[in-house]
Amino acid sequence: MFSEISLHILDIVENSIKAGADFIEINIQVHTDTKRIRVEIKDNGCGMSEEQVKACENPFFTSRTTRKVGLGIPFLKQSAECTGGSFSIRSAVGQGTDITAEYCMDHIDCIPIGDINATVYSLVMMNQGLDFCYQYQVDGRQFVFDTKEIRETIGDIPFDTPEISSFIKDFLNENKKEVDDGSIF
Amino acid sequence: MKSLEELKAIRERMQGQVGLRSEDSNNTRVVVGMATCGIASGARPVLTTLVDEVQKRKLNNISVTQTGCIGLCQYEPIVEVMEPGKDKVTYIKMTPEKAIEVLEQHLIRGQIVEKYTLNAENL
Repeated sequence: MFSEISLHILDIVENSIKAGADFIEINIQVHTDTKRIRVEIKDNGCGMSEEQVKACENPFFTSRTTRKVGLGIPFLKQSAECTGGSFSIRSAVGQGTDITAEYCMDHIDCIPIGDINATVYSLVMMNQGLDFCYQYQVDGRQFVFDTKEIRETIGDIPFDTPEISSFIKDFLNENKKEVDDGSIF
Repeated sequence: MKSLEELKAIRERMQGQVGLRSEDSNNTRVVVGMATCGIASGARPVLTTLVDEVQKRKLNNISVTQTGCIGLCQYEPIVEVMEPGKDKVTYIKMTPEKAIEVLEQHLIRGQIVEKYTLNAENL
């Protein structure tokens, strides 16, 4: 089991990357009034057939050939549902996959969002050919980090040049803090 | 709110002086396992530490990349070092601190840190 929602996100996005996606959206919404955390991961990868969608919630289904289990999606489903939340997956061949998990924050089994900035940062640094759009929202206040916008500004300077990578880090940290006032969800 | 305006200034400052990472076969590859098993055992901080340190120390001949599950889940986080013309070295049960030690001893000075390798574990 993972100790943070952000680790689930990292894990699920790895699936998107393996599915050949080149644009991945990560959406996090915190609603303190209804005590809900909503996480959505949407990609434009190869998608799954109806049978695969049904099967992927089963830990003993996987598309890889190295071994017979696949735990990423079952883990996420379990960690959301055990808080009284919900999990859903929509996918169609050729149309990408859209996964949503909802957590009830005040349930004792709810794990924290965790270091989401480290998740976004490592995804961006490791997959410089892909585009990510990450949105973080707390009670309607939000910020967006979009690699397409950054690419437009910096041209062909790679993301892993120290100046750019430290800008990305600061951008994520400062804007997150402004949105959630440093609260830990 | 921090805006992208700052990036324009960075770009102008860097115009023309970007030392592009050489992507040729002389590069040493450092590969971190980032499948479910790796992530669950703490691969994310190992990966970000390596990425940051390689940049900070301007090690342009080293590229840090990620891979899926290599089937040794009980030894995750795993870091593999592939130097051109040499055997692959597999480091197991890594932490950010151990990763820095490997970076300094192995990647910079060329001394394999035997105590963290897969070979050191009695299989």
